[in-house]
Formats: sequence, structure tokens, C-alpha cells
Amino acid sequence: MRGPGRGSGRGDPLGRPPLVLVLPAALAVLVLVVPLVAMVAETDWATLPSELASEPLRDALWLSIVTSTAAMLVCLVLGLPVAWILARVTFRGRGVLRALVTVPLVLPPVVAGIALRNAFGRTGVVGEPLLELTGFAFPFTTWGVVLAHVFVSLPFVVIAIEGALRSADPVYDAAAATLGATRWTAFRRVTVPLAMPGILAGMVLGWSRSLGEFGATITFNGNYPGTTQTMPTLIYVTRQSDQDAAQALSLVMLVMSIAVLLLLRDRWLGERSLVTP
Amino acid sequence: MTVLRSAPLVAITLALVLAACGGEGTARGDDDPQLTVLAAASLTDVFTELGEAFEADQQVEVTFSLGSSTDLAQQAADGAPGDVLATADTTSMAIADDAGVTGDVVDFAGNVLVIVTRPGNPQGIESLDDLEGVTWVRCADEVPCGRVAVELLDAAGVTADPVSLEDDVRATLDKVTSGEVDAGLVYATDAVAAGDEVTTVEVPEAADVPTTYAVTSLEQSVDAELAQAWIDLLVSDDGRQALEEAGFTVPEESQ
Amino acid sequence: MSAPTGLDVDLEVPGRVRAALTGRPGQVIALIGPNGAGKSSLVHALAGLARAEGRADLDGVDLLARSAREREVGLVFQDRALFPHLSARDNVAFGPRARGVSRRESRERADHWLARMGLAELADRRPGRLSGGQAQRVAIARALATEPRLLLLDEPMAGLDVTVAMSLRVELARHLRDYDGVTLLVTHDAIDALTLADHVVVLDEGRVAQQGRPEDVAAHPRTAHVARLVGLNVLREGDEFRSFRPRDVTVSLRRPEGSARLAWSGPVSSAQQHGDAVRLLVDTTPPLLADVTPQAATELGLEPGREVWLSVKATAVSRYGDVVAGR
Repeated sequence: MRGPGRGSGRGDPLGRPPLVLVLPAALAVLVLVVPLVAMVAETDWATLPSELASEPLRDALWLSIVTSTAAMLVCLVLGLPVAWILARVTFRGRGVLRALVTVPLVLPPVVAGIALRNAFGRTGVVGEPLLELTGFAFPFTTWGVVLAHVFVSLPFVVIAIEGALRSADPVYDAAAATLGATRWTAFRRVTVPLAMPGILAGMVLGWSRSLGEFGATITFNGNYPGTTQTMPTLIYVTRQSDQDAAQALSLVMLVMSIAVLLLLRDRWLGERSLVTP
Repeated sequence: MTVLRSAPLVAITLALVLAACGGEGTARGDDDPQLTVLAAASLTDVFTELGEAFEADQQVEVTFSLGSSTDLAQQAADGAPGDVLATADTTSMAIADDAGVTGDVVDFAGNVLVIVTRPGNPQGIESLDDLEGVTWVRCADEVPCGRVAVELLDAAGVTADPVSLEDDVRATLDKVTSGEVDAGLVYATDAVAAGDEVTTVEVPEAADVPTTYAVTSLEQSVDAELAQAWIDLLVSDDGRQALEEAGFTVPEESQ
Repeated sequence: MSAPTGLDVDLEVPGRVRAALTGRPGQVIALIGPNGAGKSSLVHALAGLARAEGRADLDGVDLLARSAREREVGLVFQDRALFPHLSARDNVAFGPRARGVSRRESRERADHWLARMGLAELADRRPGRLSGGQAQRVAIARALATEPRLLLLDEPMAGLDVTVAMSLRVELARHLRDYDGVTLLVTHDAIDALTLADHVVVLDEGRVAQQGRPEDVAAHPRTAHVARLVGLNVLREGDEFRSFRPRDVTVSLRRPEGSARLAWSGPVSSAQQHGDAVRLLVDTTPPLLADVTPQAATELGLEPGREVWLSVKATAVSRYGDVVAGR
């Protein structure tokens, strides 16, 4: 562990952190942590094992993981180029493009679901010709779930990666060019490796967003076990009849989210020293 | 770009402001007394209509909190402010009843399931058996309309799989009216509300599994008389007529 | 390939710099001038990183018609710009790889260049674990590994401490002797220009103010900047320049008497140890340097802000014009 301020002795040489910052920070932590702790405290541990052994839970958990991971990969393949173009290419209408890409960020999920239906539903602008040509329609399929996840997660991924690319010094791109690299080579061998921590963070963000996605999915795809019923959907419909079961499912979701964050933090996100000389 | 960047902030601020303004919605107003009714979403139209007459008659302001019966019953059990709770089934009502927040429970209306199809019924669906081979939806097992649907389908021996189990009956109807599916199982009242956006196919077997709407005054009611007046309205001739027009069945003889 | 003809440039980066210069194969040209004179703009234009107008011919090839990656130009960046995620070897091998040389041969070339720079042992290290001097050597090796016909060195000694800079300078002189392309060396330091270059181009306010052999430019500076670099005072009157050394300047608190003297007055703006003497920068018009003994500095109370008179004997002043400094 190195870094300024960590040095010797007790107390920060710059003085105590001011209360005017510490108090709101403490409040923020409380607001975030108390509900989660309360949820754990309220869970009926006696019935938990039987709730967890249920087949719908296993199906939904598996479907959530599969669809979120698929959505994350799609977001990477589609989002990284968009982020690169926004960060590195100067052209008219770049601001407009960025605005367009980020709109779903501020859309309520239900609105996202309606928009998706208008585009990719059986009678949608794209969906209807697609159905006629191929016999395939997104709604009520696992593909539809992935599509909904991509729609809501992509903006997060693009923004996170664009930020990472922007903070990477463009001098390295210039150096690569003078050494004879095409922009594609520079992208592959210089830009992406340098922005990797940010790219991974963007992927985690996208994955988490997908995992929690609910409104757009249920509006666009409905809810059917094994096909479109992800964890949040299962929790939502279970809550209609059985609060205790919903409570147990929520706990699973919480534990899984924390586990994933911890795992990623140790594996990748902590490795920030790559660029510092 | 700055505008867009700050858009979420603006939205959050607005939301907070609105929440702050609206949060006291159930508090007593300045002059007119207020009646807050927690009601199942399927009662939306008929209650709104009755509410207008009630307001004029009683010089009160009626506020509705509409949602799923289970949610509302749970909220009432948790002490949510309100005077009257009207649920779309008796199971939900039991949640509030068990919590001891209810008064006398009155069954005031019934509803039956019907099949709704796209306008004109292009698939020619005539019965539950015809659901085999078409794309259709129903409510999830966990919600009242789903419990009834399962009961109905089991009794009729129908094995056709829906493509989706919706979280409430309006979502089920919505899947049909938006053209995403060919058919759906919804309440007769929803079919009436959807008008010519759907074609209704009545299901004779549904009469065997009716759903019962129950209403009660709540413990936390500030004005028990007014709450009782609302319940009285529901079982009056005017109330029964409005309910029937909306597609509900009403009990043979009440009071 | 036809015989190399070297560099022949007359180009303009609009709003920044306009310069004409030529260089024979094997020649080292020092580009000096104050900050903002346009040195880096010129270098970036030649490397293809900045848009430029005019003409830039390198061994018969029109540089401006090619993108940066198509030019046979090597650039050593001011801040080195080594790829932080690649080892020294992979940094050097990057150029050959990008130009289509096989992975293995690229690595061999990289090892060859690192060995020439005396860095064979450090080939597996990342730039973050190299000292400033080592990193600069890797940067030079990286630029040379692409076998450029024009080598651009943008302040290669910047940020290095004096001893490191000195040894690197010696080493660089050796490599540049072996190099058969044209070298353009941007520097702030008169020593670099005098020891490494055989031609000096002085840029000032986006124009070429003077060029010639290093010793001529040093002896007869025509810009205040170069005069300061070589430690001379220079005065300009029309096309004629007069220069004199700081140690020939007499400092007094009163107006000096005597006829054959030039005299100025102004406040001392700085006083610094310079060899055995104290070097004063006096805010006259133009600002002038004067060396005094430490004793004199103490006796006269020569602190910043003190009003002083400077004078110099006419016999200590050398006069020159276009003829002397000519191209």
C-alpha cells in the first residue's frame, strides 16, 4: 500500500476531515446500508433453506446470470466502438449522438419496455417485418430478455467506457501512429489495454444493471419461468402471494450482488496501478 | 451536453419536490372532509364514476389508491392511511383481516374470466380448448386473477401453455391490446373496459370459479361514518347498476 | 531506392509557425527558440500529427501527402510517451510489428536496439520501472527501430537531471553519428545544439530568426533567447547586431562617466551564482546580463529591485549584421 496521506504517525498531516463532509457521508452510508441490514434481519432463517431449494428460484437465478452475462458481452461488442468514436473521433453531430445514446439512461424502465415493444414487438416497426421474414419475434423469448437488458445497460457501458477512453492520454495514440500503426492496431494494442480498468468497470456496471433490470423486461417480455422469468421478476410476482418467499429471494439477490462485487474488486478493479509510472 | 448531463439531476429534484408535495395526499384537507379508498386496479373505472357522485352528494373529496389487491391489503395491514379497502378477492382481504385492521367485510361484486382476442377474433377462438396453438397470456399463479385462471383451466382440462404469466390483469389485457399475443384470460370487466380494442369470447365454465370483490372499512379510518357511507353506496341500487354496467356481477340480494 | 536526398521543407502550421529548412542525410539540425516559438508545432507537422500547408520533401517523398503512419519519420516525444502497459522490448518492437514485420523478427530487432542502447537487461521491464534516462533511451530505440529517414527528437534531455543528461548526450552523439537519416533536435539547451548538431535553426515567434553553424550562431546571436542561452548580451539596431559578454559589463550605482561607453539603467531583477561570479539580470531595455564578483555584489547591495547603471566599453562590443550571420 502506497500513496500520499497514508504515511507515518497518527492523524492526517492535512488536519481532521471536516464534520461538514463527514456527517453527510455517514448519513449516506446509513441510507444505503440500513435497508440492506434490515432485510437480512427480517428474513425468516428457518424457512430459508426450503425457499432456496425451489425450482423456480434456481431457474430464475440461472436465467438472470445467463441473460445478464450475454447482455454484458453484447454491450461490450457494441458499446466499446461507440465509446471509442465518441471519445476519439471528431465529427459533426457528436453531441447529438452522445445524447441519443444516453437517453435510455433517463427513461423509466416501463417506458423502455413500451419503446422496445413499439420497435421489436410482433406488430413493431422492426418486429413485424422480422416476424414475417423469419418467423422469429423477440417478445416472450430469452432473446427478448437479452435485448431489453442491452437496451437499458448499453448507455451505462458506453458512458463508463467513454470516460475511461477520455482519461487515457491521446499521446499514446499519436505515438502509435508515428510508429506506423493503423487506428485499428492502435485501438487494439494501445487504447484498449490502457483503458482496460475502465472498460472492466463499465462491463461490471452493465452486468449489474442487467441483473437488476425488471421494468423493461416484464413490459416487453412478460414473465414465464425458465424463459423470461429473471430474479427480479420472480421476486415481484412471488411477493404478490408470499412475502416470506419474496424476502428469501431478495436475500439471494443481495448475497449474489455482494459476492460478485467483491470478486471483481479483488480480481480486476483493484489493479489500478497499471498506468501509474 | 450540459443540459443532458444535468437531466437526471433535474429529474431527481423534480421527483423529490413532487413527492414532498404529494406525500400528504391522505391528510385531511382544509375544509372538505376526505375519504381515501384503497382499491383493486380492476375497480378503477367504476369507482371513479361512483366517486364523482359521492363527492357531490356528501361534500367530500375522494382519493383513490389503486393497485394490486395483495399490495394494498399488505399496505393497509402495515397501517397505510386510508378509510376503505376494496380487494378483488377474499384471499387478499384475509391479509388485512389477519392484521386486525378491518371492520365488517362485505362481498359487494363478482367477476368472471373471459377470453379476449384481437379485434374480430382472427384465430376464431371459441373456447378454452382453442388456446392450444395460439400465443396467449394469463395472470401469474401468484396473483388473484392467475389463481382463478389456473382453477378454471384445470377444471376444463386445458393444457395449452401461455407464453407469459403477467403480474396483473391489466398487464395481461395490455399484451392483447398491443397485439403482442393472440389471446388472453382477463376479467369480464377488463374486456368491457377495453371496448372495441378486443373481441370478447365468453367462457361458460368461468361461472364455476367466480371471483369475489370484498370491501371493508379500516381501523385507521379517521371518519368511520364516511367509510360506511361509501360501502353503503356500493350495495345501493345506484352502486349495483354502475357495477353491472362495468361488467361485474352483483350478489342476488344484499343487506 | 534512389539515393537519399534528405529533407527539404517549407511549411506553415497556420497561426503557429512558418519555416523553411533543409537537411542532408546524416545531418543533425538543432531547432532552438523560446517556448511558443513553434518548435513543437513544426515537429508535429513533420510527424503528421498536426495539419500543415506548404511543402515537405523527405528523400523525394512528399510527406504532406501521407498520413502519420505512412511517413518514414521517427518521433521521440517530449514526455517520451512510452506505452505504459508494454515492456521495454514490446515498446521497441511495436513499430516493426505495426509495419508488418513478424512477431519474432520484431522482437529480435527490439533486442538489438535495446542492446545498442545498453538496456539489454531491462528489456522485460515496463516503463514505470525505468529511470528517466533509461526510459528516454527506450524511447529513442523505439523511434529508431522503425528505421526512419527523419528522426525527430523533441527535447530529449528535458526532465533529466544534469549528470544523466550529460551521459545521454554523449551516447546520443554516438548514435546520431551512425544514423544516416536527417535528425531534427528540438532543444532548450545551448550545449545540446553545440555538441550534437552541425546546423542550428533559431525559431522566434513562429519564424526562422537565424540559422547557421552552431558556433557562428553562438558567437553572433540575433535573438534575445539565443543570446541568453549562450550567455551573451545582444542589441539589435535595424539589421545590425551588437553583442558583448556579461563579464565585460560594469555595474555602478551612479551614472558612469567616460565617453567610449554604452550605458543603461534599471532595477536588478535577479541575482544568481554563476561560476565564480554573481550573474545579474537587470531590467533595462532590453534586459541585460552582468557578472560581478561576490564581494562587489555585497558591497553594492545588489538585491532584486535595486536601481543600477550598466555600462560597457565600446571595444568589448562586437558588431555584426547579415553578412556575418548569413545563411
